[in-house]
Amino acid sequence: MLRIKNLKCSYGSIVAVHGVSLSVKKGELISIIGANGAGKSTLLLAICGLLKNWEGEIVFQDKDLKGMSPPAIVRSGISMVPEGRQIFSPLSVMDNLKMGAYTMYRKGLKSQVEEDFDMVMEMFPILRERAHQLAGTLSGGEQQMLAIGRALMARPRLLVLDEPSMGLAPKIVEMIFNVITTLQSQGVTILLVEQNARAALKISHRGYVLETGKMVLQGSADELLVDDDVKRAYLGRDYGDFYDGRDA
Amino acid sequence: MDDNKKKQWTENTIFLVVILGCGLGVDNTYYLQIMTFIGINTLLALGLNMLMGYAGQVSLGHAAFYGIGAYTTAILSGTYGISPWAALVCAVSCAVFIAFVVGLPTLKLSGYYLGMGTLGFGMIVNILFREWSTVTGGSSGFVGIPMLEAGPVSFMSGRNYFFLVWMVVLVAVLLCRRILSSRMGRALRSIHDGENASLAVGVNTHFLKLQIFMFSAALGAVAGFLYAHFVMFISPESFGFMVSVKMVTMVVIGGMASVWGALLGASLLTLLPEVLHGFAEYEMIIFGLILMVVMIFMPQGLTRGLLDIYEHSRKRDKRHGN
Repeated sequence: MLRIKNLKCSYGSIVAVHGVSLSVKKGELISIIGANGAGKSTLLLAICGLLKNWEGEIVFQDKDLKGMSPPAIVRSGISMVPEGRQIFSPLSVMDNLKMGAYTMYRKGLKSQVEEDFDMVMEMFPILRERAHQLAGTLSGGEQQMLAIGRALMARPRLLVLDEPSMGLAPKIVEMIFNVITTLQSQGVTILLVEQNARAALKISHRGYVLETGKMVLQGSADELLVDDDVKRAYLGRDYGDFYDGRDA
Repeated sequence: MDDNKKKQWTENTIFLVVILGCGLGVDNTYYLQIMTFIGINTLLALGLNMLMGYAGQVSLGHAAFYGIGAYTTAILSGTYGISPWAALVCAVSCAVFIAFVVGLPTLKLSGYYLGMGTLGFGMIVNILFREWSTVTGGSSGFVGIPMLEAGPVSFMSGRNYFFLVWMVVLVAVLLCRRILSSRMGRALRSIHDGENASLAVGVNTHFLKLQIFMFSAALGAVAGFLYAHFVMFISPESFGFMVSVKMVTMVVIGGMASVWGALLGASLLTLLPEVLHGFAEYEMIIFGLILMVVMIFMPQGLTRGLLDIYEHSRKRDKRHGN
């Protein structure tokens, strides 16, 4: 569904992504993990067209995304839940969701928008309660739900999430990840970018590990979860592991 | 949803009643004249408010569109004797076209840079009014703008002109509110915080800003048209940099992102200089002080500030009542 080949992105003379390749098949849940500054967000910005100067190839459903504007990319079926949520704080919750359906209204699909409202409200009942409240007054977790709801309103074929767990309480993170799993089981293809590697890999089919702009590892999520390098670098080790073989 | 519509209807009706009341109840020509100026300034503030208050784009050259509207109708109807109503159409189209040409590159800028870009544009237009004296009358101004007539109705009298201006304001208010509650209005308010998220939901932000820039230019041109035929004499000073600044002040003082804020800001900035005439040379000092006090105590503008005071006192009354 999405194929990236040899992608290079740079900000001025600083190269953030060096020749990354990856692929996402229809219906898959793929996670990209890596530390701060590994180039994860840059990669997503390139996919969504928010970053212009990249080299290489990004193909979504046999369509080359090179040179396409962000709105055109959204219309082709990719929706992003941006890093740090970026909900529209001066707008009400309802209006935020309507904004998510911006391209749907443009196509004149009003009745579908109504359906999608109900779908999102069912998924996040708290948003129904808060429908007329300004989005800026929501808590962090509610804002994240709103950001996901907003992205779903465009009926994406590929949903891209940038660090949905950032800054949230563990309980909320669990809930958000449950929603992501549910969406995947409903047939939405998902590309998840996370620092919270263990949680992300647990729900994913496959994973990619990005390090200083290079793809250093890839494989099925189960393999990565037990991979020693991944464990050392991203998952943290148990206290027991650390002393194994030393004090014995 | 419906509550909101009902509220809007009530507000609009009250507004209409106030206009009728002022127009029919006031006989003093001076007061009618001041209120007409308030109406013209409200149009300017409304247009700029859409751009600044909602879309978050600062323009420091908006008086240029005001001037383009005024000079286009002055030249066409004064020099060439074309009907002022036809000149109005030309004035608006001209302003919209120029806004398109200027906005295309400048709206790619943001923040201070956009301010600088529009500032430059405003100055160029003003120099044009001043130096192209064979057409515009130069710095001594343009004399001989005809008065407005519509069939048997003459707008010579202060009262008729008052009604003309305020009916246009009413239509503009309705139009702005219609736009704001539409899909376009939501998108407009969404880019206020930053454009990336809006782009990410599929809004073509550059085109949207361009559209609203053209819309506010059109309102400016209409205001210029009404001004020219009211005063019947125009000169470059009326459309200079200070006027652009005054327009920005109206929007900020009245309260950004509020249609009634534009009205309040325009009223205050038109009335204050009149009221402060008595203070002679201290006028500007007092004027500046009032603006400072408003900004310090009501940083969200007068509309929000007054509403807050009202809600606060109502809450307190409730507490005391129990």
